[in-house]
Amino acid sequence: MMTKINIPTPLRQYVGKHPTVEVKAGTIAEALSGLVSKHPDLRRHLYTDDGKLRSFVNVYLNDEDVRYLQKEATAVKDSDTISIVPSIAGGR
Amino acid sequence: MLKIGKTEFEEIRRHGEETYPHECCGVLLGRADGDERVVTSTARAGNTRTDSAHNRYNIDPKDLIRIQREGRGRGEDIIGFYHSHPDHPARWSPTDLAEAHWFGCSYVITSVEKGRAAVTNSFELTGSDESDKKLVDEGIEVD
Repeated sequence: MMTKINIPTPLRQYVGKHPTVEVKAGTIAEALSGLVSKHPDLRRHLYTDDGKLRSFVNVYLNDEDVRYLQKEATAVKDSDTISIVPSIAGGR
Repeated sequence: MLKIGKTEFEEIRRHGEETYPHECCGVLLGRADGDERVVTSTARAGNTRTDSAHNRYNIDPKDLIRIQREGRGRGEDIIGFYHSHPDHPARWSPTDLAEAHWFGCSYVITSVEKGRAAVTNSFELTGSDESDKKLVDEGIEVD
């Protein structure tokens, strides 16, 4: 079994239009690394030039924001679902 | 072009009236059909910017995950978002553009003047990444 990653609509063009991608990983960092290894065009949309996750990219492990867990060191299990959710914000 | 039913169109405008003088926000669900996006349902979201709700909005990603899961169960996808501008034009602001990251989606804005929904406009987020993104006017066809 692999960990499922939900891909948001704007990024699906970089993963063959699939809504989910499965990776083998033990942590969030490994899962995201596996994802961009499989689909290198995703890298610039998720990471800055110096390799940091972009501030508007929210990563959820099931229903928890990983910022409030162990961030990219958060452990993942095969039955977990990771969701990548770009921020939705704005205002006049 | 954004296609939306009269019921859904009135619902997003009414949401802005209900939250006035604060900004409302929510999600548009449906399908992409070539260059068009067709709205089949809307989902209200809470505005987490309680510190400045009169001129800022933010949708909790946890809400979005739930809305997406529920939409997927109905065969719908997230195709855009809506929010209101209390006593301010229905045009995107520099903040709206800076905070827009869902390329290919529609961003719908309703001006709410003294508590009444006035103009509703829609903009598509175009571009290839953060360096060249633009919000471009698109027509709204209300069925």
